Amino acid sequence: MPWELKPDRPIYAQLIEQLQLMVIAGIYPPGAKLPSVRELAAEAAVNPNTMQRALAKLEEDGLLFSQRTSGRFVTEDAGQIMQTKQNLAEGLVRDFLRSMNRLGYDAQGAVSLLDRVTKEEEQNG
Amino acid sequence: MDSILECRNLTKYFPGCLALNAVNLSVPKGKIVGLLGPNGSGKTTLIKLINGLLTPDGGELTVRGNKPGVETKKIVSYLPERTYLSDWMDVRTAIDFFGDFYEDFNKAKAYDMLQRLHINPNSRLKTLSKGTKEKVQLILVMSREAQLYVLDEPIGGVDPAARDYILDTILSNYSENASLLLSTHLITDVEKILDEVIFINRGSVVLTSSVDEIREREGKSVDAMFREVFKC
Repeated sequence: MPWELKPDRPIYAQLIEQLQLMVIAGIYPPGAKLPSVRELAAEAAVNPNTMQRALAKLEEDGLLFSQRTSGRFVTEDAGQIMQTKQNLAEGLVRDFLRSMNRLGYDAQGAVSLLDRVTKEEEQNG
Repeated sequence: MDSILECRNLTKYFPGCLALNAVNLSVPKGKIVGLLGPNGSGKTTLIKLINGLLTPDGGELTVRGNKPGVETKKIVSYLPERTYLSDWMDVRTAIDFFGDFYEDFNKAKAYDMLQRLHINPNSRLKTLSKGTKEKVQLILVMSREAQLYVLDEPIGGVDPAARDYILDTILSNYSENASLLLSTHLITDVEKILDEVIFINRGSVVLTSSVDEIREREGKSVDAMFREVFKC
């Protein structure tokens, strides 16, 4: 999974999202060991301090944990990973609703349009 | 925070021109700092002062508490904007030369980087392209286990693919306790690797900030911010 960083948002916030995605997608499965800060920073072509900051936040949130001598690991708590997935999904839905709102759709209008388009896709599918 | 480089009211005149006007700045330990400014803003003057190639007309500059001199040269690794290696040397000789000069020079690291960039150590510098020569110079500078790296336009003369490679080389070869100050106007290429940026214009520091602070506050990249601040 390539790292995609947009120019108009803080880098560390984007690193957090991408790391969450990697865990959810199972690139780093529950209990897996993560590469070192430096390796991850080099892979994403970002400053190691910024990567460190993102990892520390994920640790604080409980998605990752570190063991003093052996490194940083993904949590084995499936519920925690589910929760992260749900938070990300909710964020996407909120973004969607906000964009629709700019086009003049209220929440209900957006939902019924979503409904119609999904049905059409299924039929064409 | 522990700082490695401190400037207080640093001032430098050239005939008919105030090159640096009472500059105050500090580079913290362990940080990568970008010195950003348009042409003629004083970037190279500041860098030359750090390396003792110019002397200040006012104010003070210290590297770990010492004024530029023998002691600071032992811990500062400097990449000038122009190469100073003799054309007759081959790459291996240049490496030996650096090894003789600097106690902190790590030859194994230099050969490793040469290999990664597919540069033959037996090539004469004269036969290398401008971009490759710049890469060799950067390898020499990054192969020192220095405490402060000062790079004047490290990616100016190389193609975009090699830029990524060079930035990667910088990232993976500076040690965690070392600091790095690099000047450039190719901001898009470097902003992801910077902790902090210093905007300098006509001899004065106009902004110091972390990259993410700028993005958070302004909702735009450092590059976009630069274009706005220095709009012609």
